[in-house]
Amino acid sequence: MSRQLQLEPLPATAAADAVPGLIAVAMSGGVDSSTVAAVLLQQNRPIVGLTMQLWNQRRLPELQGDGPAQHRCCSLDDVYDAKRVAQHLNFPHYVVNFEDEFETRVVRPFVEQYLSGRTPIACTNCNTDVKFEPLLRMARQIGAERLATGHYARIRKNETSGRFELLRARDDSKDQSYFLWGLTQEQLSRSDFPLGELTKEEVRNAARNANLPVAEKPESMELCFVPNGNYVQFIHAYSRAEGIAVNNQEGDIVTEDGAVIGRHTGVHNYTVGQRKGLGFAAGKPVYVLSIDAGNNRIIVGEDQALLTTTLEIENVNWISVAEPSTPIRGQAKIRHKHVPATSTIEALPNNRARITFETPQRAITPGQAAVFYNNLTVLAGGWIK
Amino acid sequence: MKRIYLDHNATTSVEPAVVDAMLPYFSTEFGNASSIHSFGQRARAAVETAREQVAALLNARSQEIVFTSGGTESDNHAIFGVAQALLPAPSGVEGPVRPGTHIITTTIEHEAVLNACQALEKQGVAVTYLPVNREGLIHLDELRRAVRPETVLITVMHANNELGAIQPIAEIGRIAAEARVRFHTDAVQSAGKIPVDVKALELDLLSISGHKLYAPKGIGALFIKSGTRLRQLLYGGHHQRGFRPGTENVAGIVGLGKAAELAGFSLEKDAARISRLRDTLERGILDRVPDSSVNSANAPRTPNTANILFPGIEGEALVIALDLRGLACSTGAACSSGAVEPSHVLTAIGLPAAEARASIRFSLGRHTTESEIAAALELIPAAVSHLRKLSPTYQKSAVIR
Repeated sequence: MSRQLQLEPLPATAAADAVPGLIAVAMSGGVDSSTVAAVLLQQNRPIVGLTMQLWNQRRLPELQGDGPAQHRCCSLDDVYDAKRVAQHLNFPHYVVNFEDEFETRVVRPFVEQYLSGRTPIACTNCNTDVKFEPLLRMARQIGAERLATGHYARIRKNETSGRFELLRARDDSKDQSYFLWGLTQEQLSRSDFPLGELTKEEVRNAARNANLPVAEKPESMELCFVPNGNYVQFIHAYSRAEGIAVNNQEGDIVTEDGAVIGRHTGVHNYTVGQRKGLGFAAGKPVYVLSIDAGNNRIIVGEDQALLTTTLEIENVNWISVAEPSTPIRGQAKIRHKHVPATSTIEALPNNRARITFETPQRAITPGQAAVFYNNLTVLAGGWIK
Repeated sequence: MKRIYLDHNATTSVEPAVVDAMLPYFSTEFGNASSIHSFGQRARAAVETAREQVAALLNARSQEIVFTSGGTESDNHAIFGVAQALLPAPSGVEGPVRPGTHIITTTIEHEAVLNACQALEKQGVAVTYLPVNREGLIHLDELRRAVRPETVLITVMHANNELGAIQPIAEIGRIAAEARVRFHTDAVQSAGKIPVDVKALELDLLSISGHKLYAPKGIGALFIKSGTRLRQLLYGGHHQRGFRPGTENVAGIVGLGKAAELAGFSLEKDAARISRLRDTLERGILDRVPDSSVNSANAPRTPNTANILFPGIEGEALVIALDLRGLACSTGAACSSGAVEPSHVLTAIGLPAAEARASIRFSLGRHTTESEIAAALELIPAAVSHLRKLSPTYQKSAVIR
């Protein structure tokens, strides 16, 4: 492995434009993105590390004090971990401040969506609107041609269609293509996912073989700006700090035919499919079918009523194919842990599409994404209306 | 390729003559300056020589110089020391500050001053933060109006770290003297670059930092005019007349003394040469980079500092792009992660957030060469032009024009 990459200044002739072959690595301080750096160095690719400062963990003081601040994403410890990896492998590394972008494009929309009764996915916005937008731009501004990240997914150029395709990771259990459906052709053309062909175990072993100081670091499973996983508490604290009105009003829990069976504590405390805390109707357990934030009502019903065969998505991004004129058969995934289900997708006007399942699916949740696959390949994705 | 360093307001290299002067005090001359024996006496002699050297640079008397760990400690000592010195006497109990105590400072001070003032506010001290104009200078009339009977301290920095703008310290000193208010200046960015005369400027207190004038990090000094009542910050032995307990950092002190002596010798010559290079850099950038401008261009400035606004870019990206190509400069203020936060100084002179983020500081030093400036003038315009090509905001504004 080359041990002195790029600590010498780049050649002065490279001053004006991109440095041939230079890759920026988005480094969170975790084992995955650190291994990306190690893998690229082993391939003798010149790299520069960039770590985004996204969220000030001291920002909402009332959230402090619930447990140790260990292994929080975007914490100082993670930034220092990324720096240690860069020092260990001897390549240039910088911390870049995207706190403003992260708040306006990820945190605030997350809170607002929750308050309007939807169940948003912050990681998708972060990918589409932060990592592969301002971060990719900054990477190119400083002279890199491409951005590599630790995502488990694959990108392939289809020489026939000329399109960049997004594929599931080889390690299906780690696949993150569900969070990447928003990437444009331009973004995909400049991105690298070096872990897409590796299993998690292979990544750990690569980290160990490179003696990375983060090789044994546990994974962060929670949303990075809500490290304790308590969304409701975060939404309350953020809304208070930002003066966002929260409808804390209690309201009715009603069945589909309008019968009131109980009271709810505020619509943002519920998600579609939820069972807990709802009581019973006619002696049977009920589930949240939908959230009617406008009328401050939670609509509930039996498990059976959660099953639906069609859904509509908006802000659709077509990836491996251009928007098709006829329906296409494939598999759709409607939440991160969902097993893709056989269905057809049909493009609709105004960037929308309809997905129709062969068998009904449980708890289709507004605010989540539906991603449509042809086996390994992502055809399209969009937000569930 | 040799790297070019244009960030001397952040820190300087230790001058080889300073290193040479210090080295014996790590090894053969290792004595404790408080010891009775000859080892101690030799260390004491070195410390007192350094005190004279620092005093000479500032036109102070040597007994008015207290060595500290650096600019931050000096600033804290001055501010807390004055605010807490005038305690209610009868009980003889040292308590918090006297109620009503008032301090005047500015919005563009270093964090060592700003955060010390904010800490005092929590203890009940009233603090006036004087605004500055577009050039980064305070208005003397506003200062005059801000003085109250309860005012105990005016603390206004001499030269600003980001802009280089030099405040009218002599006039401020006169206003403070007339009002019988203690006057402190943070001279960390001016000492060694421009003449600093504590008598002419009517100063009671002044802070300097070693590593900004070719001495090491971790050493600084506070000038305390004879007769100034100051509560001590640290408690310990009787070192430095009890003003600053703690075994003297003899090597550091010797280094600061030597650096002060060297600065005194070469200040005039350095200032002339460095300001010529700085002007070459500024003119070259303005000629080659469309829409660029100099912040604080019309203020008296330290000879080494150029703060340039490049509309349409992110300063953070330009600093990284230039560093990758071997040129070190800076933007904004580094937070604990190392990321850049928007500069409170540039906001205070009225720059919108986007322009504050698009401003870059180049600060030259004693060893900056003409060929380095020539190389910088190749790198900077090329990097800015590349950044702008990829900048959505610059393209937008170009279309409007």
